[in-house]
Amino acid sequence: MSPFPSFLSATFRILISIVITMIGLLLITFFIGRVMPIDPVLSIVGESASRATYDEAYIRLGLDKPLIVQFFNFLIDVFRGDFGESLLTARPVSQDLIRVFPATLELATVGTIIGVLVGVPLGVIAAVKQGTWFDHVARVVALIGYSMPVFWIGLIGLLVFYGILGWVGGPGRLDIFYVDMIPSVTGMILIDSLLAGDMDIFWNAVSHIMLPAGLLAYYSLAYISRMTRSFMLEQLEQEYITTARVKGLSEHTVVWRHALGNVKVQLVTVIALSYAGLLEGSVLTETIFSWPGIGLYITTALLSADMNAVLGGTIVVGLVFVCLNILADLLYKVFDPRAR
Amino acid sequence: MKFTRKLLWGVVAGVIAMTTVPALAKTPANILVIANRIDDVTTLDPAESFEFAGSDLSRNVYGKLINFDPQNLAAGYQPDLAASWTVSGDGKTITFKMRPGVKFHSGNPVTANDAVFSLQRAVKLNKTPSFILTQFGFTADNADQTIKLIDDMTFSITTDAKYATSFVLNCLTSTIGGIVDQKTVMTNEVDGDMGNSWLKTNTAGSGAYTLLSWKPNESLTLQANPDFYLGKPHMDKVIVRHISESSTQRLLLEKGDIDIARNLNPQDIAGIQKSEGVTIDSDLRGRIMYISFNQKDKVLSNPKVKEALKYLIDYKGMQDSFLKGQYTIHQAFLPKTYLGSIDDQPYSYNVSKAKNLLTEAGYGDGFEVELIVREAQERIEIAQSLQNTFGKAGIKASITLGTGKQTLSKYRAREFQIYVGAWGPDYPDPNTNAATFAANPDNSDEIKATGLLAWRNAWDIPEMTKATKAAVQEGDRDKRAEMYAAIQRDHQKTSPFAIMFQKIEQTARRSNVKNLNVGAAITAVSYWPVTK
Repeated sequence: MSPFPSFLSATFRILISIVITMIGLLLITFFIGRVMPIDPVLSIVGESASRATYDEAYIRLGLDKPLIVQFFNFLIDVFRGDFGESLLTARPVSQDLIRVFPATLELATVGTIIGVLVGVPLGVIAAVKQGTWFDHVARVVALIGYSMPVFWIGLIGLLVFYGILGWVGGPGRLDIFYVDMIPSVTGMILIDSLLAGDMDIFWNAVSHIMLPAGLLAYYSLAYISRMTRSFMLEQLEQEYITTARVKGLSEHTVVWRHALGNVKVQLVTVIALSYAGLLEGSVLTETIFSWPGIGLYITTALLSADMNAVLGGTIVVGLVFVCLNILADLLYKVFDPRAR
Repeated sequence: MKFTRKLLWGVVAGVIAMTTVPALAKTPANILVIANRIDDVTTLDPAESFEFAGSDLSRNVYGKLINFDPQNLAAGYQPDLAASWTVSGDGKTITFKMRPGVKFHSGNPVTANDAVFSLQRAVKLNKTPSFILTQFGFTADNADQTIKLIDDMTFSITTDAKYATSFVLNCLTSTIGGIVDQKTVMTNEVDGDMGNSWLKTNTAGSGAYTLLSWKPNESLTLQANPDFYLGKPHMDKVIVRHISESSTQRLLLEKGDIDIARNLNPQDIAGIQKSEGVTIDSDLRGRIMYISFNQKDKVLSNPKVKEALKYLIDYKGMQDSFLKGQYTIHQAFLPKTYLGSIDDQPYSYNVSKAKNLLTEAGYGDGFEVELIVREAQERIEIAQSLQNTFGKAGIKASITLGTGKQTLSKYRAREFQIYVGAWGPDYPDPNTNAATFAANPDNSDEIKATGLLAWRNAWDIPEMTKATKAAVQEGDRDKRAEMYAAIQRDHQKTSPFAIMFQKIEQTARRSNVKNLNVGAAITAVSYWPVTK
């Protein structure tokens, strides 16, 4: 007999795993930060600082203390949400992350929603119609999405849908004169504009997000539809499907309820991973569409050796991965009674 | 499978419905929208800022004691926040009288207290660009005595030696000369930083525009200052958006979603040239391209060989091919638009003349030489062109590529034959280039004057060094300009520098945008005269 009720012990186990993973992540980022041949003192006091100023800053940063003490100080800072100041933006990294992460979150979420809405049906139909023209077309479409360079499709997409057809907004999250017109509550313009009740801005934001989100969606739907197809094929060969058909259930019920219902569990993992991948921020997409997200932020920081920003960004991305994995675990339990 | 089909069509229709949003509006008449790369902005503090996008912002937000008139850059510096100034008999002390009635964005009046504070602050903070002021002998220790308040509207600065007034004043037009609002800055001081950390992300100026917001790597938004002493600017708002891709900038400009694109590459410039409603401006910038010959080398120090090599450069060919739209032929060390710059082009590509000179020098059969070149596209292309044209006179040139650091360390150690180089001026006074191209007080190896280009090339020039020094001290601006012109003509003939090109920057704008001046080689962009 376990001393805890079973759901409590499960929660406890999850919590332990989060803590261990996060400490591991922090340990690695901390040591990478220390191993890098960048002098954190010099970047604060400047090259022309006197020896005394340098030493003072050195001690103030706690660099004279043993490494393990430094690590604990780092942990305390991180838990307080203090990642230090970014060299590039001259502001606290946490403030920067609050600005850039919602942009990526918004883009990745819309991208994943489209990816799932299109990718899953595509995969299911391809499985049902295995070997037909539909299956082949779906395969080619998916392969193109997976293998085309993002910057190329992005530029062509901009040229066609924005430049020639004028269906979508250009680069950036909003038309320039809408920028800063609504208060930033969540940092996600689609939600903020709804909160502010400003439909003009909402539709403008939609027109700007469609193309980059569609691009990310295309990339993820390629993966999602291929995985859905193979999961479905596996299910459709099972005996219970035959039984269901023999029982006279409609083909629609057999495919969409019984087969897809059993694929759900595996799909959740696939979708969660693909979502997490998009949440890391796609540097190329963000560059082409001038989308000020976390991918661009970390890359710019990396190229200018802005270590505080890189470490802060890495921790956020790590946290996102851990959270999504846990979420997938929890959904597993919801969908699959055996895992409860 | 009816449901499947319905679902599919539903999704397709939904996606199309969401993407078909009414055609987008163009930029409003009272807002100027600019696409630029602003990822080099790391601080807005005028005492610290030393990058292009930072100077662009600073020029429009901060008033300076003296400044360039965007409508007439050629006139040189003009009074700005200082209405007038007088120079003491020994030429060391300049007394400034402040312009009455000017206000900071905060509403505080601009007084001599603010000017003294701003200059002392820049010296004491000792950030990267501080050398522009400290070269006149100001130090953190003596700043309180050398930069002195006389009364509320008068103050003086005293240099450690006699310098040309125009030299001192030109330096005060650079970003570090921005006058900050002492009261506002000091209320935001933390740990005795004289407001440095606050001014990194905020502004406290008196210029044509106030800063509304700065989102790093995203946008800079400026709001017109209705109390600007030259009158309220025409554009109520200026928005500078960070768009790093040239092709994206082009697309936005063609669609009319931006008014100005500042970083189009030559391909996109060529592509957009014929677009309706788009105009391309070319502006000179300060960067100079040159090659130089090490005077420790027996062959390369022969005056006839030096001259011959200057005739073996296909200036026009390079300008019209791979440097098209990016560089223009220029053969003197002061960039055009600088005080004292000259337009003389004594050299052109002339193989027979070069051959004659080489024969006279005793190298009729040519010689072998090594070019050290930094791995950068345009420099490699220049080196290849040189290799080809040198070959026409029998000179066998080999090209050694290296990283910027590698080639520079060879150059500084004087261990090279021919260096393919570029030089950008640090501040808007002729001395910035003259002091390095045309002065070399001590040519010995031990002195290691690695900052001086003349020393790096082991070019011993006691006479020209004296002339350059005299020009730095000449009080009369016109006379001083003539002195530099004379030094440059001598330099063109005798120096081991073959100066080849000056940078041009191409800006594409909607044709309805008028009076945009990006600042040429001497200053930064000015938004306040712009109309559209």
